[in-house]
Order: sequence, then structure tokens, then C-alpha cells
Amino acid sequence: MCIAIPGKLIKKEEDKGIVDLGGITKEISLAFIPQAVENDWILIHTGFGLEIISETEAQNTIEILQEAYHSDPIQK
Amino acid sequence: MDLSKYRHPELVSNIVDKLARWKEPVKFMEVCGSHTMAIGQWGLRKLLPDSIKLISGPGCPVCVTPSCVIDALFSLEGVTIATFGDLLHVPGSRGTLADARANGLDVRLVYSSLEALELSKERETIFVGIGFETTIPGIAQTIQIAKKENLSGFSVLPIFKTIPPALDALLSSEEVDIDGLILPGHVSVIIGWKVYSFIPRKYGTSCVVAGFEPLDIMVAIERLINQIETNSPRVDNEYTRVVTPDGNLKAQEFMQQVLQPTDTYWRGLGLIPNSGLKIRDEYARFDAAKKYDITLDFGKNEDNINCRCADVLKGKLTPPQCPLFKTECHPHNPLGPCMVSSEGSCAAYYKYET
Repeated sequence: MCIAIPGKLIKKEEDKGIVDLGGITKEISLAFIPQAVENDWILIHTGFGLEIISETEAQNTIEILQEAYHSDPIQK
Repeated sequence: MDLSKYRHPELVSNIVDKLARWKEPVKFMEVCGSHTMAIGQWGLRKLLPDSIKLISGPGCPVCVTPSCVIDALFSLEGVTIATFGDLLHVPGSRGTLADARANGLDVRLVYSSLEALELSKERETIFVGIGFETTIPGIAQTIQIAKKENLSGFSVLPIFKTIPPALDALLSSEEVDIDGLILPGHVSVIIGWKVYSFIPRKYGTSCVVAGFEPLDIMVAIERLINQIETNSPRVDNEYTRVVTPDGNLKAQEFMQQVLQPTDTYWRGLGLIPNSGLKIRDEYARFDAAKKYDITLDFGKNEDNINCRCADVLKGKLTPPQCPLFKTECHPHNPLGPCMVSSEGSCAAYYKYET
């Protein structure tokens, strides 16, 4: 039940936003992440944005793991 | 955002190779039902050496909700009950909410508490407030909106549960023997990872907050092994793309404004002090328990006598060790709560591991 999915914020109006979930759009509440701006990736659960997903952290983690586990850079 | 890198087979395979070094038997609990599903879905259990066992924990809200909640909803008439879908098939002593709906009870499935709020503008609506910290802030904010807009037809039956007190109770039990915890990623988005610091300090148990992709989970397991290997139990955060040390303070603020800690009953774990949240007096008119005089008879004859869900929820048994698993109890006829929810350990084992 704690599943949350990423969506891209395509429109923001006060504490509400429209997110793109791979082609489907949905209105969500941005009450917990008022700092979100359009084009941010948002973690969404039951109609609420829980957090802005850090693209930098996502990329850094992969790079650290590639180094730690001796994997070649992932192309895709 | 391309998260496919977190499913990259070569990186996962390299971690699997590295884990093969570990020979001493260890048991790690994935606390969250969504982790149980991901482990099954990606076949991760089979990639681990025999020495590393993963057991499922109590992190499925539907599974730990006592059946008396369902019984209490049966007796409500002239009111709409709005609920998340998972709760629809949980058996109470008189059947499921799906049965009740077939018999005329007005039960509506909603994706969000905000949908229930919309329903309440047309009809008296009770939203069944089930969930952990991932879900609770949204419901708290919905209650605030109801107050602000004076929507008197809306109320919430609070069945909220919080994870840290449950982990404290679980680890303090002599029946439970766990070497490490894979901590719930999305609960931790809200409460942060520092809140778990008492676990290594008090119990010496290693902890890693993890995301839900295969690489997230395998890295968490490798980090748990590393903590044990170096005898340095602590809380590591693998899910740095969304989890911070202190969590989402704004969401916590909504919870604190509307709700306050209370003792609550967990199916399988019993009464755990301060592991629930009740609605504060300022919002009492939106508390369905008070509005409709609903009494929850916790602890009363919860399960089929042969059902071993309580032991599964404590990590004492794996689902196939229950005598009802796949014989009398299966997803089309769930006898225990762990088979009801798609994120229950038994349902996940049934779908992916047998």
C-alpha cells in the first residue's frame, strides 16, 4: 500500500499540480512540496506529491555503484 | 527520469557475485510489503546465497489491520464508506466489505482521501483511514481541508499505524531473531532515516533504508552484510534520491497538527504503545469513531485457528510453512490478512515464489 510512483510535474497552480505518468495525466496535491517547479520529477502516493526526486542523487548513486562493483558505465 | 539503470543486470550480477562470499547464516527482514512484492517480482530471493535469508515483516497496513475494523463498518447504515481497494477483500467475522456491498452497503473505492472528500459533498461519507506514514499526511491534510471548507459530511475512521514503535516492539520480542532490517523507503521519505537510530543503538541490529528497484534492494543487502562483517551496526540510507535524514517536515507538520500518538492494536503483534495516531480534539467532528459511536473490539478472535499470519508477520514462519497456504488459503479465498493484500507476504509468495 506504500507504493509511490514517479511522475513529471507539467503544470503547477498554487498547491495543486498536473503530473504526467507516462502519458496519463493526473491532478495531485503539492501541499508537502510547495517548492516543486514544473519539470520536476515527483514521487506520488494516493494523490499527493511526497517528495521531489533528486536526479543528481539518482545519477550519483549509479556512478558510485559502478565504481564499487567494477561495472562499465551504463549506456542506457 | 530514467530509472532503468536501477534494473541493470550487470550491476545486480556483480553484487550477487560479491555476496557469494558470505557463509554465516543471517536473517534480514524486509519490513515493507512493497519490498516483499519487489523481491518476489524480480526473483531476488533466488539470487542470494543460502546463508542469506529474507523474511517479510509487518509493513503491510491491510495485513496488520484487525478484522474488528471490518466488522464495525458492517453495522453502518445510511452512510457511504470510501476505502482504498485493498481493504475490500479483507475478511471480517461477517464477511468482506465486498460481500457487504453486494448486500447493499454503499462502499466506494477511491484512489485518494481527496476523492472521498469530494464524495462527502453529495453524501455522508466515512473514509477508512488505513495506512502508515506514507499515506497518513495526505489524510491529515484532507481533514484540514474538510475543516476549512466546513464539509460536515466528511469523516475519517482512524486506523493509522506508525512504523518505528512497531519495529521497537518487534525487536524487543524474544521470539524474533533478526540480523538486519531493510527499512521502508516510502515511509522514510516522510519520517527520514535518523528516526531509526535507536535500532542499532538499542538492539545492535543493522539497518538500511532502501528503494524498490532490484538494484536498490541488492545494494541494501550488501550494505547489511558489510555492517555485520565490520561489526558496525548503523542506519545506512541507500534511497538518497528521495529520503533525507529528517524526512519531509511539511508532511510531518500536517500529521502533527491533526493527529496525536495513541496506543493501537496490530494484527499479529498485539497492542503496541504509541504506535497509532488518533484525531486531535480540534478536529473531533471529523472523527468517524466519535461521530458514529464506533467501538473497535481489538484483539477479539482475529483469525482462523490454523492461520499462521501472526507468525508470518513476526518473521517466525515463511508463508509455505503455514498449513493453510495454497490448500485452503489462496488469493481467491484468503483466510488470513497476509493473503488478502496484494502486498501481503502470503500473496507475494503465492504469486512469485511457488
